[in-house]
Amino acid sequence: MTGKTLYEKLWDSHVVRTESDQTALLYIDRHLVHEVTSPQAFEGLRLAGRKPWRTSSIVATADHNTPTSDWAKGIIDPISRLQVETLDANISVFGARAYYPFRDSRQGIVHVIGPENGATLPGMTVVCGDSHTSTHGAFACLAVGIGTSEVEHVLATQCLLQKKAKTFLIRVNGNLKSNISAKDVILNIIGHIGTAAGTGYAIEFSGSVIGQLSMEGRMTICNMAIEAGARSGIIAVDDKTIDYLEGRPMSPIGDQWELAKASWRKLHSDESAVFDKVIDINGEAITPQVTWGTSPQMVSSIAGSTPDPSLEKNPILKESLDNALAYMGLEPNTRIIDIPLDKVFIGSCTNSRIEDLREAAKVVTGRQVAKSIKHAMVVPGSGLVKKQAELEGLDQIFQDAGFDWREPGCSMCLAMNDDKLQSGERCASTSNRNFEGRQGSGGRTHLVSPAMAAAAAIAGHFVDVRDDYFQ
Amino acid sequence: MEKFIRITGLVAPLDRANVDTDAIIPKQYLKSINKSGFGVNLFDAWRYLDNGEPGVNLNSRPINPEFILNKQEYFGSTILIARDNFGCGSSREHAPWALVDYGFRVVIAPSFADIFYNNSLKNGLLPVALSSQIVDSIFKEIAATPGYSLTVDLDGKFVETGSRERYSFEIDAFRRDCLLKGLDDIGITLGYSDEIKEFEMKQKLEQPWLYQ
Ligand code: SF4
Repeated sequence: MTGKTLYEKLWDSHVVRTESDQTALLYIDRHLVHEVTSPQAFEGLRLAGRKPWRTSSIVATADHNTPTSDWAKGIIDPISRLQVETLDANISVFGARAYYPFRDSRQGIVHVIGPENGATLPGMTVVCGDSHTSTHGAFACLAVGIGTSEVEHVLATQCLLQKKAKTFLIRVNGNLKSNISAKDVILNIIGHIGTAAGTGYAIEFSGSVIGQLSMEGRMTICNMAIEAGARSGIIAVDDKTIDYLEGRPMSPIGDQWELAKASWRKLHSDESAVFDKVIDINGEAITPQVTWGTSPQMVSSIAGSTPDPSLEKNPILKESLDNALAYMGLEPNTRIIDIPLDKVFIGSCTNSRIEDLREAAKVVTGRQVAKSIKHAMVVPGSGLVKKQAELEGLDQIFQDAGFDWREPGCSMCLAMNDDKLQSGERCASTSNRNFEGRQGSGGRTHLVSPAMAAAAAIAGHFVDVRDDYFQ
Repeated sequence: MEKFIRITGLVAPLDRANVDTDAIIPKQYLKSINKSGFGVNLFDAWRYLDNGEPGVNLNSRPINPEFILNKQEYFGSTILIARDNFGCGSSREHAPWALVDYGFRVVIAPSFADIFYNNSLKNGLLPVALSSQIVDSIFKEIAATPGYSLTVDLDGKFVETGSRERYSFEIDAFRRDCLLKGLDDIGITLGYSDEIKEFEMKQKLEQPWLYQ
């Protein structure tokens, strides 16, 4: 008999019922909520006279709209403030298992606070009105981003209507070379398979490289599964998963912890499981990655150059290369290391955890941000990350080098607050999306790892973090 | 939800792949706590030449005359056609809200991002996936035919062109049924409350830590 994939195990253990066309009603264990995609859902409940099904599943925070400096002043933009206050009001009326409001010591990006508080546990179904919910799959959760109607549906029924995805196994084999990070791995994968390869699939990441990554690194990988088109990315449970969760506020304790551990150990694909699609990636060959265009698949090795559209035969692809280069203000065949920068952003749910900040700080130690850089900022993913970094003195290292050390939040990942690029400004960013206007209207985003962003800040342009100078 | 059975309408060609939800409705408009009013900011960064902010008087904004929706021949279009991977990026349901608020009822593309596809169906916006070749030929016909319109029939699951060419498309039976009847799926799910409670009782016994 063929075994089950991890995805199938998670799926099968949460099906409440299945319609004749295979649409399933899936039970949801954890519902993460933030201010941007929830107001209309709570309003919908209210208008229909409905109540949340199980508020103990809800963990909420305010992150997208919140400022990352001058917290004493509160939220100045009245529209943002109203949205955050609307979340405050909705949680106080309807209730939640935990709420980390603006300025709370545990407030932060929803995908950072879930795991760090033990709100994300292996085997769970996790949803959030946010596409990067895939992040939580690093803990062997079936974690999917949903829209606001679905947020309302989960609030009201504790269930989500879903069609089973196909399964896609990506094995990253071998060992990473030194100074290569999880971000380089996932950018490299997306460069190989493209941003639509995962559409309709749940991607499982495995292989020796994934096993060697820390939980932080695994979260970076699963975070960007959505950029490969997959609604969820998952990784099996191992000792690192369990060690990470021990003692977190919402992790089980005592007998329950032992019971939970035993059941979590089964959360891996069976040897004989069959996937709909499998690819192998050679981890040894992965180099530092930099995106040059307006889609995460438009990515190059640091040693490479921007493409030459005149060599592209397919007219539709050629036009998309032309458009991307024009938007990015880059000529064909420009060496990546020759691209100068205006700003540097270290943060976002992809790369704002303690390990990310440590990696960046290591590069920055004893060095100075280049004079040509207008602003280099570090935005920790949560209040807890910030506190830990300050305990380790990382804030001082960054500030001594000329970085701006900020309060936690989504910040310039999507520029809903005041942290944004001006039109034409070019930024090395550790976030996950380089779409047109993502970091501010007309802004130009290059996605990189924390170490590469830090090195670029020092050099004023992209540079290989493996160069002798940084070692 | 408004019912969707069959429409015939003018088609606007948006000749781009990877149209992401940030492009459909930029993040500054996500601060709203309402579901309506997003149509005027649909494709804001492409449609206007300045940087849009919520609350700004639209009449004072410079229009980009090159953008497809600003061309008179596409005023009043109810069907949008684009290239691969439409609706990728953020899960914001504001994207289908903006498309519907603007007046679109159908988006045709070779492929759609999963979350956008789902969000659309929940808002009476029908995403129709046709092969790249068919989409390409429709783009060519639009360029050659002023006032090009299509009929989209959800009941029969086909798209019909002016020259009576028919292309069939796929959609899940459950979703199609909800759309044809304009059903509220929360109401349907609550009809299964007993099964949900039964599931919970069983899960609570096996994994009590999930209920703390
Ligand atoms: S950090 Fe960026 S990608 Fe992550 S949740 Fe916030 S806005 Fe979304």
